[in-house]
Amino acid sequence: MTEIFGVPTQALFGQLLIGLINGSFYALLSLGLAVIFGLLNIINFTHGAQYMLGAFCAYLLLNKLGVGYWWSLAAAPLIVGALGMLIERLMLKHLYKLDHLYGLLLTFGLALIIQGVFRNEYGSSGQPYPIPQELAGGHNLGFMFLPNYRAWVIAVSLVVCIATWFVIERTKLGSYLRAATENPALVQAFGINVPRMITLTYGFGVALAAFGGVMAAPIYQVSPQMGADLIIVVFAVVVIGGMGSIMGSILTGFGLGVIEGLTKVFYPEASNTVIFIIMAIVLLIKPAGLFGTQK
Amino acid sequence: MKHQKIAFGVMLALFAAAPLVVYPVFMMKVMCFALFACAFNLLIGFGGLLSFGHAMFLGTAGYISAHAAKMWGFPPELAILAGTFSAFLLGVVTGLLAIRRQGIYFAMITLALAQMIYFFYLQAPFTHGEDGIQSVPRGRLFGFIDLTNIFAMYYTVLVVFFAGFLLIWRTIHSPFGQVLKAIRENEPRAISLGYDTTHYKFQAYVLSATLAGLAGATKAIVFQLASLTDAHWTMSGEVVLMTLLGGLGTIFGPVVGALIIITMENYLAHLGAWVTIVQGVIFVICVLTFRRGVIGEIANFIKKPL
Amino acid sequence: MKVKKLAVAVTLAAAAMSAQAQVSDGIIKIGILTDMSSLYADLSGAGSVAAARMAVEDFGAAKKGMKVEIISADHQNKPDVGSAIARQWYDVDKVDVIVDTPNSGVALAVNQITRDKGKAFINSGAASSDLTGKACSPNTVHWTYDTWMLANGTGSAIVKTGGDTWYFITADYAFGHALERDTEEVVLKNGGKVLGKVRAPINTQDFSSFLLQAQGSKAKIIGLANAGGDTVNSIKQAAEFGIVKGGQSLAGLLVFLSDVHGLGLQTAQGLIFTETFYWDLNAGTRAFAKRMAAANNGKYPTMVQAGVYAGVLHYLKAIEAAKTDDGTKVVAKMKELPTDDPLFGKGRIRADGRKLHPAYLVEVKKPSESKGPYDYYKIRATIPADQAFRPEKDGGCSLVK
Repeated sequence: MTEIFGVPTQALFGQLLIGLINGSFYALLSLGLAVIFGLLNIINFTHGAQYMLGAFCAYLLLNKLGVGYWWSLAAAPLIVGALGMLIERLMLKHLYKLDHLYGLLLTFGLALIIQGVFRNEYGSSGQPYPIPQELAGGHNLGFMFLPNYRAWVIAVSLVVCIATWFVIERTKLGSYLRAATENPALVQAFGINVPRMITLTYGFGVALAAFGGVMAAPIYQVSPQMGADLIIVVFAVVVIGGMGSIMGSILTGFGLGVIEGLTKVFYPEASNTVIFIIMAIVLLIKPAGLFGTQK
Repeated sequence: MKHQKIAFGVMLALFAAAPLVVYPVFMMKVMCFALFACAFNLLIGFGGLLSFGHAMFLGTAGYISAHAAKMWGFPPELAILAGTFSAFLLGVVTGLLAIRRQGIYFAMITLALAQMIYFFYLQAPFTHGEDGIQSVPRGRLFGFIDLTNIFAMYYTVLVVFFAGFLLIWRTIHSPFGQVLKAIRENEPRAISLGYDTTHYKFQAYVLSATLAGLAGATKAIVFQLASLTDAHWTMSGEVVLMTLLGGLGTIFGPVVGALIIITMENYLAHLGAWVTIVQGVIFVICVLTFRRGVIGEIANFIKKPL
Repeated sequence: MKVKKLAVAVTLAAAAMSAQAQVSDGIIKIGILTDMSSLYADLSGAGSVAAARMAVEDFGAAKKGMKVEIISADHQNKPDVGSAIARQWYDVDKVDVIVDTPNSGVALAVNQITRDKGKAFINSGAASSDLTGKACSPNTVHWTYDTWMLANGTGSAIVKTGGDTWYFITADYAFGHALERDTEEVVLKNGGKVLGKVRAPINTQDFSSFLLQAQGSKAKIIGLANAGGDTVNSIKQAAEFGIVKGGQSLAGLLVFLSDVHGLGLQTAQGLIFTETFYWDLNAGTRAFAKRMAAANNGKYPTMVQAGVYAGVLHYLKAIEAAKTDDGTKVVAKMKELPTDDPLFGKGRIRADGRKLHPAYLVEVKKPSESKGPYDYYKIRATIPADQAFRPEKDGGCSLVK
């Protein structure tokens, strides 16, 4: 058994793979946050709760309506995204003219409400959600046993992240969005319905969170608190990556997941805090974030 | 100013007489959180900086104070001082990191730093993680006042609370406080007038951190327990809620906010998760339609600052 | 002579009156402090409240003219919430005894407050053997189980059958540490080795990296020093990662009926662990189970809930005998009177507060072997009461001379 720095390679690769899986969730969620913040300048604290809603949606669809995982992958983001758009129309849009901090406080309050309602109904221990039959089981890779579902998570996240980046940075629709953030009045003068675009963008960001939730349901248990602690790590990821940069969030999400996995092998006590320590260092050296531009 | 002095007198009288009518332990909890909220308000209401990580000061001071009283045998006044001082140090270190940024960036950074501190406390052996530091002795204040007597403890907390409150009052009405308000209103203009705004904001941050620490250190002695709850980010959210509800930027707002929230939590406790829901609803209502808060609305009504 | 007779008469009258030492304000108030919404809600929670009510009914309090009231609260697994409730209950709400309290951290806090205020604490839910050891108190009775009993029951049974290398996944709080410590002692005493350990915060959702480390250690036995939802999660995810297929065995050091129910027999079959109560032991336990299922949404009782029933019953008997509800005196009386109830049979409470009763080594049945609802266990061995728990002199309790 070969060893690197006193750690067997088997353990190393195993934790790296787990890190990559965690990184997929970080990337998916920070992508949604970055889209919402980068294009709308809103800090969506409700993101964690919306991730949880996606997971619960999948759970309820399965248990109340018999709708399986594959349909939920499409249905849950649509449902939760629609709810998100409702929130934007009814509440968030009144706050755009105020200090951005109010947006943060409103979404924080909404997160409390959503989490509280579900905790009331379901308690804080998780509900089980089965891994879909087609993805059950796994393969022995030699250095570890990799469950198929976890490999699926990595693959899908990569695809979704790259697709989103492509749409925003390389298509006409994306350019309208980016222009609308820079100068909404001017873009509106060109006849583009800016408020509707903003609503749709918020809905899309929320849908990304919900999608992450459905992906998480089979492995992480569906529990009302599942988004609460995750969201703060995702904030740190977005700050490190650069608040407005889409590619930055994706790369940082995956990268930090891997770093966290490595820390678990070499120095497990620090695994919870390593991301925040990196954030502190990045802030000292490059306050705008690794890929961000000073606004 | 006169009406403010009247309000102060009313507050003093109410708190001094309260233990005769209300469960003293409950009122002590209110006072500790009122001090915490007032310290927080100094930073956001007067400095314009939203810190989403103030729990790190409450928690750190609580742990150091509890540890000092229990393991090092400090008398209560020295334990509280030790706790407060640790919050001061933490304020300096985190302030140096966070002050460079404004607005939402500042909020996110303080949140992330506080989360880092929380995870440190989760692991560190001296905090005993989930169990917390228990059986913290109340001790004898100055060597002769036995704090296990509920009234001795109550009036000690009263003195600490009012000392902190008066310090904040003095700060707000001083030249330093005026500059802070100027920075909150229009930072570029303050800079153009020659003020080193970063330095002023840093000082306000450290003062806010220290007083939050004072609240935490005192709370650990009163409840004889220091636990992870005080360092968790939901505690940071609670103090924001108390201040927002009471009235950002008012002097008495945070006290009223703390009183309302702690009372609500007490009465709804047996309903479990409803407390979180109600807190969320209050947040949403306050942000959408009630931005001035309770005291803010009263002050607006009588057209005088409170 | 007349004066002397008068003096005697007065003294006798006074003595008679003081013997009537009334229960404080005429009501015996029992507070069930438990976890209603988090990872221990199923093994205690609302079921414990139901069990307590049954005990009061069966005691016949109404017929004996004793007024008994039951209140309950959720401590959310937080020592500060739990101790604030305990303080308020004792100071303001005139509660005389606190019962149940799963989560050793909360239990230790309540233990201290109860001692300071001279009330009574009957713990059924928490596991830390420190409650009858370093933290023992004349106001506390520890019913049902503790970490020493679990370690010795399960630990020694497994080591003796060949499971001599261990790796621990431990819940990072008082209970987890105590269980890991006590089990490690047993493993080492029986000639085994501990290859490593890792600490996980309670309410951890994802055990994958911890399980991977356990897998990498190549220990024959992966000891799960956790409980409730954490145990269920670790067992499910171990199945996902093919740990048992890879040749290692899982030792659930604290498993309850509710956990087996949550896992299902397909996943849980073959698990070996120790409990002190099973609903299918005898006619008395079966009758209790039927009543509990009716009162608790069809859920059968766990050993914690059984301990609440038995503890409250014995407490009320002790009050009847001692004619007071002063905490210290009632607990002393509880130790004096032998215990007898349909769930744990005959037993007694030691000077250090430890309740003694037999323990059962159980194995989870295969799905094919189960004939009805909650028919989950095979009893492999019975450990008699005097061997199941730590010897009195080894605990370091100051109450033991």
